Amino acid sequence: MKTTCLHDLHIAQGAMMSPFGGFDMPIQYADIITEHNAVRNAVGVFDVSHMGEALITGNEAEKFVNHIFTNDLTGAPDNKIYYGMMLYPDGGCVDDLLVYKRNDKEFFLVPNAANIDKDIAWIREAAKDFDVHVHHLSGLYGELAVQGPDAEKTLLDVLGIDASDLEFYTFKDIELEGEDVIVSRTGYTGEDGFEIYASHMLTRRLWTKLMEAGVQPCGLGCRDTLRFEAGLPLYGDELTAEISPIMAGFGMFVKLDKPEFIGKEACAKQKAEGTEYKLVGLEVQGQAIPRHGYEVLNAEGETIGEITTGYHSITLDKNLAFALVKTPYSKLGTEVQVKVRKKTFPAVVVKKRFYTPNYKK
Amino acid sequence: MTKYLSSHEYARVEGNIAYVGISPYAAAQLGNVVYVDMPEVGDDVEAGEDFGAIESVKAASDLYAPVSGAVIEINEALIDNPRLVNEDPLANWIIKVEMTNPAELDELLDEEAYASVCH
Repeated sequence: MKTTCLHDLHIAQGAMMSPFGGFDMPIQYADIITEHNAVRNAVGVFDVSHMGEALITGNEAEKFVNHIFTNDLTGAPDNKIYYGMMLYPDGGCVDDLLVYKRNDKEFFLVPNAANIDKDIAWIREAAKDFDVHVHHLSGLYGELAVQGPDAEKTLLDVLGIDASDLEFYTFKDIELEGEDVIVSRTGYTGEDGFEIYASHMLTRRLWTKLMEAGVQPCGLGCRDTLRFEAGLPLYGDELTAEISPIMAGFGMFVKLDKPEFIGKEACAKQKAEGTEYKLVGLEVQGQAIPRHGYEVLNAEGETIGEITTGYHSITLDKNLAFALVKTPYSKLGTEVQVKVRKKTFPAVVVKKRFYTPNYKK
Repeated sequence: MTKYLSSHEYARVEGNIAYVGISPYAAAQLGNVVYVDMPEVGDDVEAGEDFGAIESVKAASDLYAPVSGAVIEINEALIDNPRLVNEDPLANWIIKVEMTNPAELDELLDEEAYASVCH
């Protein structure tokens, strides 16, 4: 199993560790509720060094990234970040990822840990017909996510990074302790926050400074509860090779007016003709916590879908879920049922964004 | 006498009554308990069969009965405050069972044998 550059520090801190995406990762340090609330109310830091990094350079870099990516980078300003997907020709997701545009000839990609090898192979294969170089850098970077309303102040006070000039979904290249570092105003929590890409040794020093300053270390347990409340998908649950971004309701990141990209025709067809299933939010009544894989039933008791992620929401104190259901049951307000062990509980279709994010625009 | 299943439920025995809950090791592994799905008083439970579930933030885990018998009481404090299981899992039992076959206790793990399955 792979480890991040902070692995021994997590063990020494007594974190509960578990495999995720091929890495031995911290799930929690204190408990999930404490860590979750630290991010919602103050600040917390995550080791997200398991995330992948790749750099695309070359004369056709913009054209190439537009070819493999659903969002539109045409004429994008430098230092802007785009969220989107890489798709198979049938519209299923290879991965969802961030693309950082440094300039027309340089794009920095951040794919999911579990998909690094698959993605790099996919990108390299697609790159054969373009004047670009694909630099796989996952082994070189550590990555910290400092998240929460106090994140900007924490970066300045603890790490000496002034990020007050960064708008949401932009980044800058800075020099820190003599090294090149990327700082972006991004995250996966529904709060303001930053992600910092640095060398392994510098990442360790930054982590240690944050710990000495008393910043709450946060594990992947609350990363999932936070992203879920904010309506953000996780590859493997809400986006998969079978679940296209159109089915999942993330069509705003699929720019069908672009001249071309892999999967465009399939997405255009799905958008025009509809899909058999759609991803919805559910609020479940009663003492029943919906979990991944639980069945969703209609009023007659027939199976019409299944839960992709579910929790007793920590911030909202409700039993909530994302579910993939047959399209006729996807309208807001539709009454369905969820099977939890031997019983069924009533549920209603609601918006997926359960918690309104506090991003700094 | 307290005995255990390898699935981390305990039975603390007083006469022919067994107080059934989950071990401190299991409570720590689960993390924040947010709901305990309990049977009703009067239900029968059967050794080795599930009688409910315990839900942490992360996941749901089935609860298995260490012994057979009738549920004569459930720990109603857990309905409003499931976190009691985290605070003191041995004091905060989940169900109280009147045993119908105390010989089943011989099949359970003693403290030492149970400790060896926790690591």
